[in-house]
Amino acid sequence: MEFLLASALGVTTACGVYLLLRGRTFSVVLGLSLLSYAVNVFIFTMGRVTTGAPPIVTTGVSTYTDPLPQALVLTAIVIGFGMTAFFLALAVRAYRDSGSDHVDGSEPVHPEKRSP
Amino acid sequence: MTLPIIILLPLIAGTMLALPAARFGRNAVAWTVAAVTAGSLMLLLRELPGVMDGRPLIMSWEWLPAIGLNLSFRLDGLGLIFALLILGIGLLIILYARYYLSATDSAGKFYALLMLFMAAMLGIVLSENLLMLFFFWELTSISSFLLIGYWNHRSDARRGARMALTITGAGGLAMFAGFLLIGNIAGSFELTKVLEARDLIHDHPLYVLALVLVLLGAFTKSAQFPFHFWLPQAMAAPTPVSAYLHSATMVKAGVFLLARMYPVLGNSLEFEWIVTTVGLVTMVYAAYVAVFQHDLKGLLAYSTISHLGLITFLLGLDSPLSAIAAVFHIINHATFKASLFMAAGIIDHECGTRDMRRLSGLWKYMPYTATLAMVAAAAMAGVPLFNGFLSKEMFFAEALELHDLGLLGKIAPIAVTLGAIFSVAYSLRFIHDVFFDGEPKDLERKPHEPPRYMKVPVEVLVVICIAVGMLPGLTVAPLLAVAARDVFGAELPPYDIAIWHGLTIPLMMSAIALAAGILLYWLLRRHNLHMHPREQWTAPQLFHRGFEAVVALSAVITGRLQNGSLQRYLRLLVIAIAILGLWPFLQHGYIAGAAALTPAPPLAITVWGITLVAAIASVALHHQRFTAIILVGVVGLSASLTFAYFSAPDLALTQLSVEVVTTALLLVALSLMPQSGPLVSHPTDHTRDALLAIGAGAGVTAITWAVLTRAHESISWYFINESVPKGGGSNIVNVILVDFRSFDTFGEIIVLGIAGVGVLLMMDGLRPHAGAPATRNDQPLLSAAARVLLPFALLVSAFIFLRGHNLPGGGFIAGLVTATALIIQYIADGMAATSRRLGDDATPVVGVGVLIAGLTGVASWLFDAPFLTSTYAYFQLPLLGAVPLASALAFDLGVYLTVVGATLLMLVRLGKVTGPVNSMRVEAS
Repeated sequence: MEFLLASALGVTTACGVYLLLRGRTFSVVLGLSLLSYAVNVFIFTMGRVTTGAPPIVTTGVSTYTDPLPQALVLTAIVIGFGMTAFFLALAVRAYRDSGSDHVDGSEPVHPEKRSP
Repeated sequence: MTLPIIILLPLIAGTMLALPAARFGRNAVAWTVAAVTAGSLMLLLRELPGVMDGRPLIMSWEWLPAIGLNLSFRLDGLGLIFALLILGIGLLIILYARYYLSATDSAGKFYALLMLFMAAMLGIVLSENLLMLFFFWELTSISSFLLIGYWNHRSDARRGARMALTITGAGGLAMFAGFLLIGNIAGSFELTKVLEARDLIHDHPLYVLALVLVLLGAFTKSAQFPFHFWLPQAMAAPTPVSAYLHSATMVKAGVFLLARMYPVLGNSLEFEWIVTTVGLVTMVYAAYVAVFQHDLKGLLAYSTISHLGLITFLLGLDSPLSAIAAVFHIINHATFKASLFMAAGIIDHECGTRDMRRLSGLWKYMPYTATLAMVAAAAMAGVPLFNGFLSKEMFFAEALELHDLGLLGKIAPIAVTLGAIFSVAYSLRFIHDVFFDGEPKDLERKPHEPPRYMKVPVEVLVVICIAVGMLPGLTVAPLLAVAARDVFGAELPPYDIAIWHGLTIPLMMSAIALAAGILLYWLLRRHNLHMHPREQWTAPQLFHRGFEAVVALSAVITGRLQNGSLQRYLRLLVIAIAILGLWPFLQHGYIAGAAALTPAPPLAITVWGITLVAAIASVALHHQRFTAIILVGVVGLSASLTFAYFSAPDLALTQLSVEVVTTALLLVALSLMPQSGPLVSHPTDHTRDALLAIGAGAGVTAITWAVLTRAHESISWYFINESVPKGGGSNIVNVILVDFRSFDTFGEIIVLGIAGVGVLLMMDGLRPHAGAPATRNDQPLLSAAARVLLPFALLVSAFIFLRGHNLPGGGFIAGLVTATALIIQYIADGMAATSRRLGDDATPVVGVGVLIAGLTGVASWLFDAPFLTSTYAYFQLPLLGAVPLASALAFDLGVYLTVVGATLLMLVRLGKVTGPVNSMRVEAS
């Protein structure tokens, strides 16, 4: 299980970073989303992973999974959504105002570098 | 309260009143600031008797005691002399500047800055706390910068101002570092404490470093060699500023610092060597250069540097009489040099030039001014019966007493005589070149005497020169004694300031200086002094070149790093993070833990496989944006499954509902942007980014693996144990969010609200898609279903909200569910129709949400509890029985409303731009 988590986190991070480094705003947003998933799950797993022990106080139960990373991640998910929304609005605005969806606000000036 | 008020009067009243008063003319503003200055002076004089009796006045208020910064003021003899100089000469300058400034100059700005400077200068001399002293020190540098650059349309003024600020500001920072060292050694920044810790400081290994740092501050401020070159450049300032800041007061701050710190740092071989050498070199060198200046103010500037060198030299010596001589010369120099500057200003004002090669024979046109200037110049040259003579004689006497300085002691008498010879020569040149020596050459206007009151300040100062020169015992001696004792830090031996001490060696030196000075000037005139090329001194040039080189270097670095490509910045950021993450592994090696692994059920392996495929496919297909959104959504869903599987029901619910709104948002945004991305970047870019991404991913995998294979020591036991007893809820995550860590949550919902408002502003003014079809409803089935669904969805979210404190749920999740339900209405019915039904501005909802959460926090103040303290109780409700109701529920309501409001705000604002939401679906598919 631990291997599955670690490897999936690595792949998601790699995909997120790669998309983050693209030149088009929309790809960057997608990359950011992937990276957010990875980061959130990463922080969550720092409290180790336990099955069947939700952090709900129940009489007769003494082991619970670590609630603290969960509390941190819960708000992080919502904030991540707010960030995505803001970034999308920024991207739309930039595209409308400059006519380009490149992150620099204008099309690259080196057409010879274009690959088909 | 007296001492702070002395500073605050010019600082607040002076600066604030100057600008409005200037509307009523130059007289009004001059009167206003003069009244303020006089007020400070009166307060100071009230404290004078006590200080003269040897009782320094110390007033202290705690400000930031943790870092040793107190508002502490100190009025002792040394501070008193300086404060008197600052306020007294300040008054004269205010009067003088009234006539100096032309009608086109902004008098309000001038006087406001002058008041700022006056306050800063008073702050330096009245500070008891070293940190406060530093603050005022830098304030004088800044006000000096502004005053030198007063005529900011002139490039020489801007250059001079910049240079002065750079040099004195840098010196100030060095001094600050020195103060920090001293304060650390002494354990306090209060002067009284620091003075007591003298031996501790002297014996400390860092003593020399602290000394050099503090001296750097003093030498830069007092224009000592090799930092002297900023002062002549500062002559671009209006002449009242030169007279006030750059001869009488601000440049004296450096020597004030030497005098102030002498009892702490002085009386050591290092101190004596450095300070006397620098002072002596400066004194002789600047006096020599002064002779060859053609600009009146240039001559006076170098003369000022030379005299400051003289004072520095005296302060370096370890003798009580030198302390007296130094303080005495500070006063004398201030009086005669300020009056000479004012005379130079009058000449400039009346003739339109300060070039001594063109000015001659002004005696005929302005005999009165000429007489005043001649008296002051005689004092500067050290002619008997004027004040300069007295302090210079004491200076000669001291120069003969340097027995413990080896070679320097032997050179000193010769060097000071040489300096005095130059001093006589340039004083003579000032008088002879300007007032005699034939007729003026091609002046633009016919010179005449200045307005009556422009001469008054000069007269006052000249009278002081003569009075002190003839009757030193009656005028300054008592003040000197008090001040010199503070400098020397001990009682003074008996001494006598008098004109006639008999035929002594100092008198001989004076005579030699006078005779040789006259001879030198005569010889120089015969060899045509006026053809002497303008100064070739390279210090300013070096400074400028260095300055430009630094600017060019930073431009190159900035150009390299910041080429305007955001992609590159992100790349650098990722690389930096990767290096930071890698660093501990490189240092300590990579070791996986030994904890037992958990087996993976087939379901988990399936989800894992789907996640990998979706993530990689989203990268491979990212140019096809619609597909990519779906694939990214799949990854999000598997994150949600992961949370659900590993005992995090709250996270799973949150992730799931966020997933829905995020996907909706992405689709809306996509409809406003190109549907597919071009392949623009270079193949090598792809390779590099791919390597970078793989590196980052490998790092995350490595860290995760290392952590998950280790045992866990949770710090959450407190939350687990206290969730029910203290928070009144069994859902620990929710109790942490709305109770234990509710302040964090409060901040987070504010961020969310700001993001919502940010979207609102970003979309502001954007028109819907051109040619968007009119509102129509082609989804009757969805529309009907959505309407039916809405009440149920709201009911579900109310349920999730209410149970959140004890079972998975809460404000965040309920808010997202509500928002989703509402968004479905928009999609089904179209933007316009739904807006009519539900309103289209969710901004107030955000505000109300944040307000409710905040008020819940404030309410705890009513019960004398800290912000956001929660309480709970059980209530008997019909049908439901005993229900625990925590005040945190009200806070959670705020969270709920903020989430609903912000989410709606974002989606509706973006959606509005698309025109009818229906068009989105068409374009997106």
